[in-house]
Amino acid sequence: MISLSHYLILAAILFAIGTVGIFLNRKNLIVLLMAIELMLLAVNINFVAFSHYLNDLSGQLFVFFILVVAAAESGIGLAILVVLFRNLSSIDVEDIESLKG
Amino acid sequence: MGMKNLYLLVPLAPLAGAILAGFFGKVIGRTGAHLVTILGVAISFALSVLIYQDVQAGHLFNGAVYTWMESGGLKLQVGFLIDPLTVTMMLVVNFVSLMVHVYTIGYMAEDPGYQRFFSYISLFTFSMLMLVMSNNFVQLFFGWEAVGLVSYLLIGFWYTRPTAIYANLKAFLVNRVGDFGFLLGIGLIAAYAGSLDYAEVFAKREQLAAITELVTGWPLITAICICLFIGAMGKSAQFPLHVWLPDSMEGPTPISALIHAATMVTAGIFMVSRMSPLFELSDTALSFVIVIGAITTLFMALIAIVQTDIKRVVAYSTLSQLGYMTMALGASAYSVAIFHLMTHAFFKAVLFLGAGSVIIAMHHEQDMRRMGGLRKYMPVTYLTMFIAAIANAGLPPFAGFFSKDSIIEAVHFAQVPGAGFAYFCALAAVFVGGLYSFRLIFFTFHGKERFREAAHDAHGHDAHGHGHHAAEPHESPKVVTVPLILLSIPAIASGWLIGTVLYGKWFGDAIYIAESHKGVEKMAEEFHGVAGMVMHSVTTLPFWLAISGAATAWFLYIVRPDLPAVIKKKSGVLATILEEKYGFDRFNEWFFAGGARLIGRGLWKGGDQALIDGVMVNGSASVVGWISGLVRLFQSGRIYQYAFGMIFGVFALLTLWFNRA
Repeated sequence: MISLSHYLILAAILFAIGTVGIFLNRKNLIVLLMAIELMLLAVNINFVAFSHYLNDLSGQLFVFFILVVAAAESGIGLAILVVLFRNLSSIDVEDIESLKG
Repeated sequence: MGMKNLYLLVPLAPLAGAILAGFFGKVIGRTGAHLVTILGVAISFALSVLIYQDVQAGHLFNGAVYTWMESGGLKLQVGFLIDPLTVTMMLVVNFVSLMVHVYTIGYMAEDPGYQRFFSYISLFTFSMLMLVMSNNFVQLFFGWEAVGLVSYLLIGFWYTRPTAIYANLKAFLVNRVGDFGFLLGIGLIAAYAGSLDYAEVFAKREQLAAITELVTGWPLITAICICLFIGAMGKSAQFPLHVWLPDSMEGPTPISALIHAATMVTAGIFMVSRMSPLFELSDTALSFVIVIGAITTLFMALIAIVQTDIKRVVAYSTLSQLGYMTMALGASAYSVAIFHLMTHAFFKAVLFLGAGSVIIAMHHEQDMRRMGGLRKYMPVTYLTMFIAAIANAGLPPFAGFFSKDSIIEAVHFAQVPGAGFAYFCALAAVFVGGLYSFRLIFFTFHGKERFREAAHDAHGHDAHGHGHHAAEPHESPKVVTVPLILLSIPAIASGWLIGTVLYGKWFGDAIYIAESHKGVEKMAEEFHGVAGMVMHSVTTLPFWLAISGAATAWFLYIVRPDLPAVIKKKSGVLATILEEKYGFDRFNEWFFAGGARLIGRGLWKGGDQALIDGVMVNGSASVVGWISGLVRLFQSGRIYQYAFGMIFGVFALLTLWFNRA
């Protein structure tokens, strides 16, 4: 029997992978975007799981909002990435450090 | 038009002359410059005579003409106190100043700074008049500092000479020491008497005498008097603050006569006389005064014997004479001090102006070893200087005799501690005074014509015929000799006023003498007229001491001119001590100047460079730099590190949240 905690553990694992992906990834900006996406999905799993176990549909409703926002966000992110590539000829995370003090 | 306006005009006339000659010197030209300044001083002198007659008629004045500011009950006013003491000083200052103005036309004829010089000496006359006419301490201090400033400007008149710059800096610094004491004295008076007006302070003197000073535990009046006297020591060049006066001879000769002999240096004597109501209350202060005066008198006279620069001999003689005046102050014989101040102003001005005349004739040679035999070339200068030298030596019936003899008498009667020592010094200095005065005359005007030898060395034998004639010494022009003659008249005759000045209630209430210090009254009982004093002098010790001094000079410099060198060789260490002027200059140079430089260097290196620049200014900058260097490490510009930071932060905050108590 799959219980709530299984879903929550799965979501936590996904979230952790996403997090680690953000700061361990040194090469590719696309991977960074994917890692963020992964973290959002982990949250979504939590929402769906709680919605099911609490018999409250508003959780699942939220998931749709999040998916829409995530889609928009990745669209913008990829657009920035394209512009960035045109300017820097690179999507290497190490190269993007013009904020350095 | 009251007398008040006349009083005001006395100092303002020379000031106007000084401003015209100083700021519009180019416009009015050289002739214009000396005309306006001489006119200013002449007006001032004429008014002084007028005021003198008014005072003789019994019209005294003490009041303010202008209130400068008022603060917490302390009034600062420009005011005049016109009494016999003031008028005496005004006459002396104006007369000598007028003569020096005229003399300057001749002495400075070829100098490019002609207008500037006239402007300065007129400014000096203004300052000195403000000083003597003042009725309060603030104006006194103003005049005091102003004459110091003009003295500084004039010593450094030839500002391209390094020695002149050194000398005027020295004069300024040494005077600062004295002025510091003076200012402390004025401050004490202001603090305890609550007023800076002479009359108000003197009215409270009994209360002041009862107070003990808080910090030192001394009687207040002694502290005040000694502080004021330290000011007088600076200005009147008393031991050990005398060191600036000989060096001030770097200035042009007319100002040596006017400022550094006749008037400014006597400001201290005048001030102490003016403060006689205060000084009379403190025997300790009087004792201090008499001892300082005695040391100055004898030891400065001794230095005069070994000097070879004609102006320096006169300068050391001035120091010695100032010492006499100071001794008289210490002996409570204020009127005698002022009397000597007056006679000295005349004969010392003649000596200086005569020395200047000799210097012109010798083409700015001041070394007496290159003079000699000038008598037949410059008869007027010789005669006037001879008169002044006799007066300086204190031989009757010339002016110096009456005043100097009275001082010796007054010191003899004095009861304060140290009077015995002072009496000895006074007598010894009479002998030395005779010696150096006549040494000056014999060395310069008699004996071999040593300047010819110098001319030989300089020109060689070929240039002999032509160049020699041009170097022949000649009598100075009229503008130089006329002031000399006019000044030598009072140098002879001013002493005959002794009966009036000392014993005829001349000073009235201007000078106060305590009951226990009535030396002058005893002298009055023994005084039997000018002629009587001259006749009597033949039987007294000072007369024979002065004669023997003169005779010694005659023997050493005329009969056996080879002897001084032998004596100098034999006396060895003693001669060296005198030539080194007791090592004061060396000591000051080493201790005070060196010490000041050491402190300055310490503050510069340690305080300024290390502490302020190193620690505070650059230090705070480098601390900021160091900290921001650390903080900068966090700002890598890499997004994943920022993200890690955020996540770590959230994690840490959540941990704290859940573990909260």
